[in-house]
Amino acid sequence: MPKKLAKGKKAAEPKPAANAAIEEIPISVQVNGKPHSLSVEPRTLLVEFLRENLDLTGTHVGCDTTYCGACTVVMNGAAVKSCTMFAVQADGAEILTVEGLEKDGQLHPIQKAFGDSYGLQCGYCTPGLMLSAFQLLSRNRQPSEKDIRKAIAGNTCRCTGYQNIFKAIESAAQNMKGV
Amino acid sequence: MYPRAFHYHRASSLKEAVAMLSQLGDDAKLLAGGQSLIPLMKLRFANPQHLVDLNFVPGTSYIKEEGGALRFGALTRHAEIENSATAAKIPILHDCAAGIADVQVRNRGTIGGSLAEADPSGDWAVVLMTLSTEVCCLGAKKTRTVPLSDFIKDAYTTALAHDELVSEVVVKAPPKGSGGAYIAFKRSAPVYPTASAAVQLIMDGDVCKDVVIALGCVGLTAIKAKDAEAALRGQRITDKALSAAMEAARAAADPQSDMRGSTDYKRALVGALVKRAIEVAMRRAHGEQVEVGHIYA
Ligand SMILES: Cc1cc2nc3c(=O)[nH]c(=O)nc-3n(C[C@H](O)[C@H](O)[C@H](O)COP(=O)(O)OP(=O)(O)OC[C@H]3O[C@@H](n4cnc5c(N)ncnc54)[C@H](O)[C@@H]3O)c2cc1C
Ligand code: FES
Ligand code: FES
Repeated sequence: MPKKLAKGKKAAEPKPAANAAIEEIPISVQVNGKPHSLSVEPRTLLVEFLRENLDLTGTHVGCDTTYCGACTVVMNGAAVKSCTMFAVQADGAEILTVEGLEKDGQLHPIQKAFGDSYGLQCGYCTPGLMLSAFQLLSRNRQPSEKDIRKAIAGNTCRCTGYQNIFKAIESAAQNMKGV
Repeated sequence: MYPRAFHYHRASSLKEAVAMLSQLGDDAKLLAGGQSLIPLMKLRFANPQHLVDLNFVPGTSYIKEEGGALRFGALTRHAEIENSATAAKIPILHDCAAGIADVQVRNRGTIGGSLAEADPSGDWAVVLMTLSTEVCCLGAKKTRTVPLSDFIKDAYTTALAHDELVSEVVVKAPPKGSGGAYIAFKRSAPVYPTASAAVQLIMDGDVCKDVVIALGCVGLTAIKAKDAEAALRGQRITDKALSAAMEAARAAADPQSDMRGSTDYKRALVGALVKRAIEVAMRRAHGEQVEVGHIYA
């Protein structure tokens, strides 16, 4: 196909054609311990990659504007909003989603605590909150009240009023002692 | 929401990123933490045809103490600065890093990206303006070092040429007897502040030898409150001097009325923040360990 130049651009500038077909980029990621190698369009958001390419629909899209934290996953040990990263940026990374919390049919202590403390109602925000809690508790087994509040400040819950979420994370910290 | 389709280029060195920018022209943009750029692309306010990803360039994320200064690699994440004992030697830097947005945004967002974005509500420019800060700009032909006050030109406008990037941010350690504090008022964590105040001063006993006061979110760029500084410089910090500084800071502010508050409200707010920041800065200058956090509505 002949290269077309965008309007107003001087033909003299040799530019890699902007309107050439967009190449897919091959990426390799470990998600919940499983390796995946796929090619993705560069604009594919990490959350869409997880939900649509890998069928891991536990990671939710709430606001889609980097506010609510429903899409939070843990990448190389750090909580990130997966609606605000491109999948190509996760190349070579290890990702943990809510589906990876459970092990051998056993709920993770964080999941168990959310259930036991009624830390959820509709559940839409819950996967993101549990992964924010995961980053916190993997670095700090004795979080103060302030530590917990700071750790979940990027996660919005429209149902619970946060009090029970707070209690769930406190009790998960207790249950994870010595784990 | 999908951004418009773009070509993705992964730079393996900063030099290569600069070369890519020159070659690709105006339709190319750098991608650092992506915490400003990706939301804008999703809303299609930004539609670059090429993205040059800096995240895979090794050795761009560091905090080094060298020759009486702290040097920050352009891709140093806010969270790394928040958790760094080296950065905490200048306490106002910790105040700033720890108060930006939320854990997730701080894990991605970078100091270089923040300065390059020059968002009128961004925290770093306000805080770094109270210190002696230089921005290292790497271009195809040379590297230049630009004082922060010359780097930020206007809202969303910097001294960077299209094919230049921020490679490092250098902050001189303040002299002995210094103390600083940064306090913002926010509606919630994952939003920019409504108003903020950064104060860095040098005390000699109870006399303020020198002071820099910068106001955030109340103008197109961070505003230096020169009259407020003059109200304190060379003075004992009495209640009267504090009130004069507050008044002068309110007068220096040039806020816009928006959903975060009216002009009058923001003026009143910024005065109160300046007072609190001065008080904490003074205590720190006297060697006290004071933890401050932003104030949430
Ligand atoms: C929900 C939310 C809340 C936020 N709250 C705050 C807040 O309270 N305070 C605050 O200060 N910020 C806040 N931010 C912004 C955040 O700090 C961003 O990380 C920051 O403004 C941009 O840094 P980045 O590394 O993410 O840059 P990117 O988004 O990757 O890039 C921003 C711009 O800078 C350019 N650029 C990036 N790196 C370089 C470089 N090295 N050299 C030259 N150009 C470069 C890019 O091309 C782009 O134009 C918030 C963001 C979100 C999403
Ligand atoms: S969906 Fe990502 S932050 Fe709301
Ligand atoms: S449980 Fe419904 S949004 Fe949190």
